[in-house]
Amino acid sequence: MSAIATNPPAVYTAPPRRFNPWRIVIYAVLLMFTVFYLLPVYILVTTSLKAYTEVNLSHMWTLPTGFSLDSFRDAWFGSESQSITGLAGSFFNSFELVIPATLITAIIGSLNGYVLAKWQFPGANIIFPLILYGMFIPYQAILIPLTRTLSAIHLYGNLYGLILTHVIYGLPICTLIFRNYYAGVPTELVEAGRIDGAGFFGIYRHILFPISVPGFIVVLIWQFTAVWNEFLFAINLVSNPSSQPITVALQNLAGSYSVQWNVQMAGAIIAALPPLILYIFLSRYFVRGLLAGSVKG
Amino acid sequence: MSQADTVMTAVAPYEPKKRRVRIDRIISIAVIAPSIIAIAIFVYFFIGASAYISVIDWNQSNYTNKFVGLQNYQQLFSTFRFQQDLRNTLFFTIAFLVVCLAIGLLLAILLDQKVKGEAIFRNIFMFPLAISFIVTGVAWRWLLSPGTAGDPHGVDQLFNLDPLTWTWFSNADSGIFSVALAAVWQMSGYVMAMYIAGLRAIPDEIREAARVDGATEWQVFRSIIFPLLQPITLSAVIILGHISLKIFDLVFAMSGHGPAFGTDVPALNMFDTIAANEYSSGAAIAMILLILVSILIIPYLIFNFRNEVKQ
Amino acid sequence: MRKPKYNILTLASILMLLPLLAACGGDNGTSTPSAGAATGSGGSTPVMANTAVMANTPVMASTAVMTGTAVMTGTSNSSLTGKLEMFSWWSTGGEAAGLKKLYQAYNVTYPNVNIVNSAVAGGAGQDAHAVLNNRLQNNNPPDAFQIHMGHELIDGPVAAGQVEDLSSLYQSEGWTKTFPQGVLDIVSSTDANGTKHYWSVPVNIHRANVLWYNKKVFSDNNLQPPATFADFFTAADALKAKGIAALALGDKDSFAAPHLMETVLLGTLGADGWKGLWTGTTKWDDPKVTEALNTFKKMLGYINSDHASLSWDQANSEVISGKAAMTIMGDWANADYIAKNFTNYGWVNAPGTKGIYDALSDTFALPKGAPDRDNAIAWLKLAGSQQGQDIFNPLKGSIPARTDAGKPAAGQPSYNDYLKSAMSDWTKDTIVPSVVHGAAAKPSWVKDYTDAVNAFVTKQDVTATQSQLVTAAATAMGK
Repeated sequence: MSAIATNPPAVYTAPPRRFNPWRIVIYAVLLMFTVFYLLPVYILVTTSLKAYTEVNLSHMWTLPTGFSLDSFRDAWFGSESQSITGLAGSFFNSFELVIPATLITAIIGSLNGYVLAKWQFPGANIIFPLILYGMFIPYQAILIPLTRTLSAIHLYGNLYGLILTHVIYGLPICTLIFRNYYAGVPTELVEAGRIDGAGFFGIYRHILFPISVPGFIVVLIWQFTAVWNEFLFAINLVSNPSSQPITVALQNLAGSYSVQWNVQMAGAIIAALPPLILYIFLSRYFVRGLLAGSVKG
Repeated sequence: MSQADTVMTAVAPYEPKKRRVRIDRIISIAVIAPSIIAIAIFVYFFIGASAYISVIDWNQSNYTNKFVGLQNYQQLFSTFRFQQDLRNTLFFTIAFLVVCLAIGLLLAILLDQKVKGEAIFRNIFMFPLAISFIVTGVAWRWLLSPGTAGDPHGVDQLFNLDPLTWTWFSNADSGIFSVALAAVWQMSGYVMAMYIAGLRAIPDEIREAARVDGATEWQVFRSIIFPLLQPITLSAVIILGHISLKIFDLVFAMSGHGPAFGTDVPALNMFDTIAANEYSSGAAIAMILLILVSILIIPYLIFNFRNEVKQ
Repeated sequence: MRKPKYNILTLASILMLLPLLAACGGDNGTSTPSAGAATGSGGSTPVMANTAVMANTPVMASTAVMTGTAVMTGTSNSSLTGKLEMFSWWSTGGEAAGLKKLYQAYNVTYPNVNIVNSAVAGGAGQDAHAVLNNRLQNNNPPDAFQIHMGHELIDGPVAAGQVEDLSSLYQSEGWTKTFPQGVLDIVSSTDANGTKHYWSVPVNIHRANVLWYNKKVFSDNNLQPPATFADFFTAADALKAKGIAALALGDKDSFAAPHLMETVLLGTLGADGWKGLWTGTTKWDDPKVTEALNTFKKMLGYINSDHASLSWDQANSEVISGKAAMTIMGDWANADYIAKNFTNYGWVNAPGTKGIYDALSDTFALPKGAPDRDNAIAWLKLAGSQQGQDIFNPLKGSIPARTDAGKPAAGQPSYNDYLKSAMSDWTKDTIVPSVVHGAAAKPSWVKDYTDAVNAFVTKQDVTATQSQLVTAAATAMGK
């Protein structure tokens, strides 16, 4: 699983025999794609750094002449004169949502993975795929009963209901990741623990948990990114603007025509930043999470 | 989890030995039981409830439960909007899959050529995976906004294109491909990562052996590497396919349903339908989505599950 | 397996913990909105309570505002405390400004109430409908909410038993006498015993059937604003010959094209024929409907080619720049011209609709189980008052629903020329309900109608669209 993480040779060795024109083509193609992937970044960053007087749709691609954080200020704090609601509140709402949702799912997923990997119980071979099916379903198919149920137990409209929702629908993928992770741990280790007299939790605490750190990082990053970026549940289950997560608030900001688009761009950057930071620092684990199953759409 | 081509890895059966084990076994079931119950309710029971709602006549704000059979489905298929949804879903899925696979494979092969700055390229191609479809939608909405005649915006301005010809997602016929373009931007790095993992898993010796036998570089790819990458392609098709069938947030943020529902998708239709208090019609859309996704996913899960049992 | 990198772990945990701390800080503020009132300090410290809600900055009455408007509204009343969550789709522009003014007026009287402005933007109100619907269905109501008068209200929240009967409030405030009969009929329903029940408080009236035109373009081409469809097409041909788009349309959002079609149907069928479409007395397979669809189709031949990528206000900008000569839009377009500092525009009734007022109204309703019911009732009283309507409407760009309003206090924003003309029409024209804006039909029917018309813009298949409209009517009437 460290295939992706393997770094290329630190020193590039020149082609041994002769100059290869294909390499120019390779770099040209790679650079072309680099432009494609960075095009939105260019427009996001340059626009959000422009002063209000410079923001002009007819000159979208010009570089800012100065350096202005006004767009970010308005996107974050809001602006009364322009009737812009800032993203600050929803940014913190998202953390209030993501942290518990991530931690709880990871812990439960880890225990589930342990059971499935090391305590094969009757019917597990049928139940496991049935659990996994839950991570692929379109959530529209459960949305109406879900909203009704949360409402009946007074968890509709606030973050608690959304946390519960993300924990439950995050379980299949987290269980899968941990199950596969623990499956790689030699059964002899567990065996040895048992001979030492350790019980179910003893084996987990003393043998599996201490070596679970990479697994936890993968799951935490995965779940953090998925929950932070999620929109369908967020807009359907938390309609009260004072507890909305950031994706809903960003859509709200960008959905109104009269909000200047430089503010929308700054808002988009703010909303993208936390998962991007995780990606930049922990891309190795991020990729593992991706490859472990699917991307939640 | 080392293999991208399977969601499950073999688990060595464990042989219980002590009496203590029996208690632990009960504990282990007790630990996993709440999760199983939660999923039974929140996935299977709720799907059943949605299926039930889709065959009653709850199409106004107060709840009624007169059984109407498949009437909601019939009604749905007769509307122009839903017909467009199906057309768009098909076009979107094909375009999205083909382009993502092509770009993903191309980039993976190029990056596998021991290029300078490989890590930088890789990270650039993959960073969109970390951000929300909403953010992508907001950015691409401005990039692909054609502007007005004589005042082009977005990429039309950049490449000096006529905004009346290059209307992107404002085009009733081809608008959906613009949404697919944004989706490709976001997801193609994922396919690339899968293929890179696949390529790195192929031992160099196999390629070397073929080269020694006098195979050209193209023959090595065609007869050795591509066949070995096939399971990855399958996984990519399944995973991207199920994302594209249920796509919602990107369209919501980027284009809405578009002129003549040129960029409408079932999930968006469902959102509007529920907003108009037509819960049963909305549930019918959801069930159709579920069926489409299941056609893709269930054989895949069974296939993986069988493989695992065989091992 | 590699050795775990603990520095990375540390970094991750710091990243996760930092905002948690910040979030806790924010939370403390919101949970104590009534702190000011509890200490008995009354009207002197309203600011503290108001600054608590981070996400909702527009309301925040500063002390400056307070002292500034106190003279106007009279005494402050500290009997009400807690919050008032007001749900609307007015997030920007003149409507947000008007709403804010109304909030300020409310806070002058009730300084200890913390107003939470729940405004949902996007899709010209459609996103807000979805969110509101969800909240009402799931017993998570705001304290008061905006909704269009008519079937959007009567067949929606009223039918579902989600709103309170406001009949006693109508009696105590004398609203049965101050709102015109046409409006009273639309905001009420009659039960089996023949008793009328009032369900929401109309704060304004908008007109849907207005044709706006660029005066300079018209005078340059020696044209007169059209009164009939024949006039319209004569002018349109002349403009087309000059390469000017006769009619600006921005149908990126789903209401714009159906809105245009609504005025065409109204102009073709007349007031009674139009009303009959929604009550069953006019059949949708009537030849007149075919004629209207053909007229609409012909109109589409004169619109700007980039219509599909524009919003309604961008279409307005086409009229301002002279690239297009006319547009048919509700009278919120007037506020848009003013906001864009454009003065050289004129208005007439949409073709064939002389003497007809195609009306829609924004109203406020009180959901059952409103968490702060008393605060909400005080809000409804303000919204229905002469003073409240005259604070709100000049900024919103609509006319007051009350017949005795229309005279804002000195020093306050006043009604402009268009609004004065609309107020005079309002008293003498035949009032008909708008369908696109919720008055004439229930939400599911409106959706079927807008879906059919939006498809027509591209497909332009008269027969198929008419049969869809017939089906939609049958579906809606059948239930």
